[in-house]
Order: sequence, then structure tokens, then C-alpha cells
Amino acid sequence: MSQSRPRYKDILKRKKDWPIVNLSQNKKTFLDEVSQNVFTNLIQGDGRKTLHEELETTIYREKQRVINNPWRVDPKDDLTFWKRIQKKQLAIKKSKDKITIEKEILKEIIDRYCKEIVGSFNKSSYRFAKRITTFGFARLLNAARVKGFKSIFSRQLDLQDQIHVVGEPEQLRKLAKIGTIVLVPTHFSNLDSILIGWVIQFLGLPPFIYGAGLNLFNIKILAYFMNSLGAYKLDRRKKNPIYLETLKEYSKRALEWGCHSLFFPGGTRSRSGQIENSLKLGLLGTAIEAQRSLISDHGKQAKPIFIVPVVINYQFTLEAPSLINEHLKRTGRERYYRESDAFSNSKKITTFLMKFFTKKSDISVSIGRGLDVLGNYVNDQGQSLDQHGQVIDIKDYFLSNGKVNVDKQRENTYVQILSKKIIEEYYKNNRVYSSHLVAYTAFKMLERKNTKLDLYSILRLSEEDLTLDYEAFKKNFKKLRKVILELNEQDKVDVNDKFKNKADESIIYGLNNVGMYHAKRPLIKAKDQILILNASTLYYYHNRLEGYGLEKYI
Amino acid sequence: MKNTYSATVGVIGTGNFGTALANLLAHKCKRVLLYARNEQKATQLIKTRKNGSHQIADNVEIITDISLLAEKCNVIFPIVPSINFREMMKKLSPYLKPYHVLIHGTKGFDFNEINNKNNALKESKNQIFTMSEVIRQESSVVRIGCIAGPNLSKEIALKMPAASVIASDFDEVIHLGQKYLKSDRFLVFGSNDLMSTELCGILKNIIAVGAGTIDGMKLGENAKSLFITRGMVEMVEIGKAMGGQVEPFLGLAGIGDLIATCSSNLSRNYNVGLRLATGEKLSEITHSMREVAEGIKTIDIIHEWSKNNPIRIPITETLYKIIHEEITVEEAHAYMMKFPFTSEIKFLN
Repeated sequence: MSQSRPRYKDILKRKKDWPIVNLSQNKKTFLDEVSQNVFTNLIQGDGRKTLHEELETTIYREKQRVINNPWRVDPKDDLTFWKRIQKKQLAIKKSKDKITIEKEILKEIIDRYCKEIVGSFNKSSYRFAKRITTFGFARLLNAARVKGFKSIFSRQLDLQDQIHVVGEPEQLRKLAKIGTIVLVPTHFSNLDSILIGWVIQFLGLPPFIYGAGLNLFNIKILAYFMNSLGAYKLDRRKKNPIYLETLKEYSKRALEWGCHSLFFPGGTRSRSGQIENSLKLGLLGTAIEAQRSLISDHGKQAKPIFIVPVVINYQFTLEAPSLINEHLKRTGRERYYRESDAFSNSKKITTFLMKFFTKKSDISVSIGRGLDVLGNYVNDQGQSLDQHGQVIDIKDYFLSNGKVNVDKQRENTYVQILSKKIIEEYYKNNRVYSSHLVAYTAFKMLERKNTKLDLYSILRLSEEDLTLDYEAFKKNFKKLRKVILELNEQDKVDVNDKFKNKADESIIYGLNNVGMYHAKRPLIKAKDQILILNASTLYYYHNRLEGYGLEKYI
Repeated sequence: MKNTYSATVGVIGTGNFGTALANLLAHKCKRVLLYARNEQKATQLIKTRKNGSHQIADNVEIITDISLLAEKCNVIFPIVPSINFREMMKKLSPYLKPYHVLIHGTKGFDFNEINNKNNALKESKNQIFTMSEVIRQESSVVRIGCIAGPNLSKEIALKMPAASVIASDFDEVIHLGQKYLKSDRFLVFGSNDLMSTELCGILKNIIAVGAGTIDGMKLGENAKSLFITRGMVEMVEIGKAMGGQVEPFLGLAGIGDLIATCSSNLSRNYNVGLRLATGEKLSEITHSMREVAEGIKTIDIIHEWSKNNPIRIPITETLYKIIHEEITVEEAHAYMMKFPFTSEIKFLN
């Protein structure tokens, strides 16, 4: 607790130098560029569908969405807009100049989407939100932990003590001065956005823009934070090519304008509790396209784009029970599931935050080494390095016969290379706590005890079958710990400092932390036994260590 | 049709296939650089302009400076035995840039034996890589492809018609390969499944050795058809277990190459089998051969690999025993005829 941690100075002193400020001041120019580019791209088409068909299906689906699945955040004129567009489209048949009208409709839709997506960053509300996240949380923390309400003004404890930023924060700061950063964190909890927002300002970086699910804007408290932290809106209900193209162009263009961005490449929160093992390639692809486009426009002066993987290490996830239930229902192919979410209203979140700051549980945020858009490591000067440490020119990846050319298929393959590398980095930077390992050991032992049962039957075992002998548990825990420490030596995973303590201590620490905020603790020790009180939550926490091949050792 | 493109294209390796490929490329490209590792061989090739049965085309230039190859050529075809491949890549890699395109024609594995006994980790015992993986590991090149199919070099030298598959994750690599190779006597197909295509070419060599033994014992065409068909099934099973897809095995790189190599004594692997059946020892055979028979090494590698992979590979195991003199060819034949094969084909389900 008392060890001193660095305080980072802002890398850009003047707010008007922030790329995000530039973007919000020139919002109109920016949106015009986006809209024009999307329009040109879509007019060229991919040959699969005609513009006519594309418009027809989009309009039909949008009308269905407005009627069947409206949200509070939706624009008031949603229905009127789509009705009007449909009318216009139906009238085309009688018109002579079909193509012109179709193009007009397309442009109207794109412009509307642009306006829906655009974030409303505002300097002063950013400052306020920033104050809330740092001072506000810190005050809460002091009040709860030190000496009751009076100490609310004490500076004894603040967020830094609770959240450890590890890995390569210094390199991230350096790279942010040289080029444009794309942070790609793992995604386990809705708290992630706020947490990353805090980390960004803690490291003295200017605010990042990021796409946040529109559903989160339904919740007022989150909407406020997200708007002020530079979020743009991402509506998962809209899956039509026009919307997706607009979204991608928005992200690509913002990168070209030099706006640092934040993507959660896993898409949504990990339902199973496992680290992402497949990423959404769409948004990642915009980083590659933007890099190519910058090189093509500016040659040697092109600003580099850096991908920085971030692993958020919690020992608990507030939403774990609901996430894992959703996961199980999906994989179990139950026909019906309802999204019930612990983050569904502001009150629940406040309660959670209170809990979070009053109990002591470390969170660490691992900042990975910077990568170029092909997944090569970069040095502190921002130069790409090959696997032998030789400097390579990122431009060479986009050359054909000495010239930069656009090759969609090539870039799609590059996204896969990048995504594979990001996943590798996640596994490498994932920090193992004893709580992860107690959950893993206990669940794997349960599986071994019941080899004939499938997962769903194991989760339904009755109370008397949910006990494990402590000595056997300890033996397995130690064995697995040895393997993890060896993986750690090979730089394949990270471990928490307390992880190396004596086995009994380590286990106690782990048991105290695993799912500590849940109404029902998943795992406890009673005399010489380990009791599993909630098998599915335990399964969730156990999943965090899947993918390392540990199952071979138990 | 001659010299349609002004490009300078590189070939690494002056074996039979390397030379045949250089000639095919010379037909379409203005200049082909053929890299020879061995100075003596280079001098001889420059002097005679002949390599075995191949007359080297006029616009093929023999060079011994690998950096020159990388400097002058954007597209390079490495055609060297798998055993020398990694070493060759290490030599070439400092000169390679991410704009290079590499299309290899090597039908063997890279096998890395790691002896870390005091390691508690089980997984990293032996590592097997295809050549495209070796290229990725050793260089910054990502645009990688392979060329596979029934390409008996001597037939190509005689300007007889043939066809190949170029496989790559990148369409542009396939297009480049097609552009530089396709002619009225050489068809080029494309595939996006690089790894499976590589596996086809590698695994078929095992079966070619076996087919040679059947012919060596003069067991007739029925027996050989039986053997090739079962061999095909085994290839697919191994390929699938290694993460490959079935489709390429049914195409030119799989069945196509299998038919050619199992019925021609122009194939080195087939010849090894043929001579084993007549009682020669493996060491004698390999000693007398000018070029490497990849199949022998592949049999050893798959034998090692199968220890950690529970699939039945009766043909490979039997051939392993033959080449390591644990059983005779006759005993192997008797064993195979009694082998309890269950269903005929399972891999399509």
C-alpha cells in the first residue's frame, strides 16, 4: 500500500491540442468526409446485391426494428423518418430517374447514421467526469475504508492503491506522442469502460474515443460518463451493410484524424469468463485500412498507428452469475433466454461501486507492449520490429510492385494475423491470482470426480456431491501452480506477487477473493473440506485459466 | 506468349524441380534468377547450361549471392529439401522485406526435436512445422504460398503438359503464381487453404514409398489400387488430425499428386519403395540417390507425431517398421492383408 507509484504528467498540456477536441470542433467537416466516403464505397458495391435490393432490405428491417424493438435512446422521429424513406423508395418505380433517387436515399440514410453514431465530446463535462472518477471514487474509498465519514477529505487512500497499472505504461505514453493509439482491452465487465477511462487519464493521455453499445446509453448515469469520455454509439440491433460501413468509416476516419481509440475487440463482455479467443475483425480492420490510407496519402510522413493490448485482471466480476447463465443457456441451446443484467440500472451500479471500494480486492490493468497494425512489436521510437529485432518498414506490407495499393482480401488476411497476435498477448499478459487458481483447481477436480457427467449435469450436482478433500485440493493446487510458474518463466502468462506465497496462505487468499461480492460465495473452506456453494459461478471463474493446457496436469 | 512479363523472379534450389520451375517461369518472365547454394554446381551449370535432363532456358541466370536474389526479385520460389529449408531461410531472412512474396515447393516437414527433460510441460516435446510456418518464423514475410500437384520434373523438362495448385491465404499470391506460371502446357489452379495443401504434398510421399513396395513385390494392379485407396484415407485422417481440411486432398494436390507419384518410377519416393521390396537396404538406397526422398523423413516424423495423437495409421507404422528393418516387406504385406479395417471411408461425415 505504502509503496510510491509514479504520477504521470499530461503528455499534451493544452486541451486544444487534443485530437478529440479537434474532431469535435470540426465535427461537420469530419462527418461530411465520413458520409462521402461511405457513399462512394457503397455506390461501387461488392457486386453481391444491387443498391436497390440493399435499400429495400435495410428500410424493411429498420422499420421492423423501430416497431418491435424500440429503445429509450432512439431518436424521437425514428418511425417518421423510416416511413418517409420507405414512401420515397416505393415511389421510385414510377419515376424515370431511378438511380438518382436511390442515391439520394442512400445519402440520407448514411447522414442519419453518421449523426446517430457521432459522440458528443465536451471539454468541460470531460473535466467533470474525470473528477468524478478520480476524486469521487477516491473520496468514497477513504470514507469507507479509513475512518468513516469524516475522512472523506483525507488523501490517505486513492484509486491508485486499488488499481495497479502494470506492464508497459511508459512505452504507451511515448507511443501516444509519436502516433495514434488503438487500445484493445479484454472485456469482462461493464465497469471496464470506466476503468479504462480512468487508466487513460491516470497515464496522462488525452481522452480516447470509443464505440460503446447503444444499450448502455439507456442508463442515464452510464450515458453521462460515456458521452463525456468520448464515446460514440454503436447499435448492435442494426446489422445492415450501410450501417456497418458507416460505423467502420467513422472509426477509420477518426484514426486518420489522429484520434486515439479504444476498441473492445471481443465485441461484448466475455460470457463464459474465458479470455477472448476470437475477436471481431470489423473494427480492428479499420486500423489497418487507416494505416494504409495514411501511408498512401503521406508517404514517409505518415503517422503510425499502434495497437496496444490491455488485460484487465479482476478477481471478481459483478455480473458473473448472469453472464455465466447466459453463456450456459446459449451453449446448452435453450430456446429462450432473457437478458437479465446486474448492470441494468443506476442504483445497482452505485451499490456495486460502494461494495467495490469498501472491500479490498486488487485490480490490475496490464498494458501490453505496443504493436504495429500487423501485430509486430514496436520499439520506443515507434518503429516496427521483426522477430529478430530488426527494424522493418510498415509500408512494405502494403506494397505491390513497389506501389501502395488497396487490396481488400489482403487486408482481411492481415486482420486475422493481427487478431491472432492480440489474443497471444492477452494470454501472455493475463495475470493469474490465487483466486483464479483455486476456482480452476476446484472445478477441474469436480470434473475429474464425475467423468461420466456432462457440464450441465455437473452444474446440477446436489450439495453432498459438491465437496472436495482439502489435502487433495492442496496437492493439485500446488501442482498446477508449478506449471503456471513455469509458463510464467517462459513469458506465457503473468502472475500476481502473492501467488508465490506458501500454499496454505495462497489458498486462503484465493478463497477469500474468489467471487467475494456475490451473495453466494462460490467456494469456501470448512475444516478439512472445500465446499462448492455455487458451481456455475465457480465454472465462470475457472474459465479464466482455460486455454493454457493446464487440464493435462490434473 | 514468351516473356510476357518484365518481372525478375527468383528460384532457390537447383534440384530437379527447382530447375523445371525456373524454366517454366522463364517462359513467362523476362528474367529468372536461379540461386545455387553450391559454388561448384553453379559454375558447372553456368558452363554447361544443363542440369540433368533439363536444358536451362537462356533467360535463367544462375547466381550464388542470395542477397542479390532478394534485392532483385519481389517474388521468390524456394524449392529446397525440407531438411535444409530452415537454414536456407536463416540465410535469406536478413534480406527479406514484408513486400516479398514467397511460394515454396517443398513437400516435407520441418522437425524440431526439443530435449527438455527437466521441463514439467508436456506440450513442447516435438514440434512439427510446414514450410510456410518456417517462413513465418524466420522472416518478416507474410505473403506466403505453396505450389503442389503432380509435377514430375522430368516430364516438365520434356515440355509435356502438367498442372499445379498454388495455395495461399492471399489472393494476390495466387494471382501472381498463376500469372508467372500459367501457359499452354502448364495449368495453375488456386486454393485458399495453404496448410491443407502443404499437408497433401507432404503426406502423399509416405504412400508413394508404399506403392513402390507393392510394385516391387509384383502384387498386381488390384493390390496397388487397394493400397493407394487405403493410403489416401490414411493421408486424410492424418491431415485432419493435424488441423487440415478434407477438400484439398480430393484435388490436384492430393489425389492428383498421389496418382502420379504412385505409378511412376520418375518419383524418388516410389523408387525407394521399389528397391526396398527387392531387398536393398535403406542406407544403400539413400546413398546412391542424388536427391532426397522426402517420404522417408516424413514416415519418421509422422511415427513420432502419432505417439501423442491417438489415431490409427497402419500404413505409416508398417512402412516405419520396414525402413527400420524391424520387419521385411513380405511380412508387412501379410500383416496389412489381415489388418482389421473397419468402415471404408469415415472422413466425409
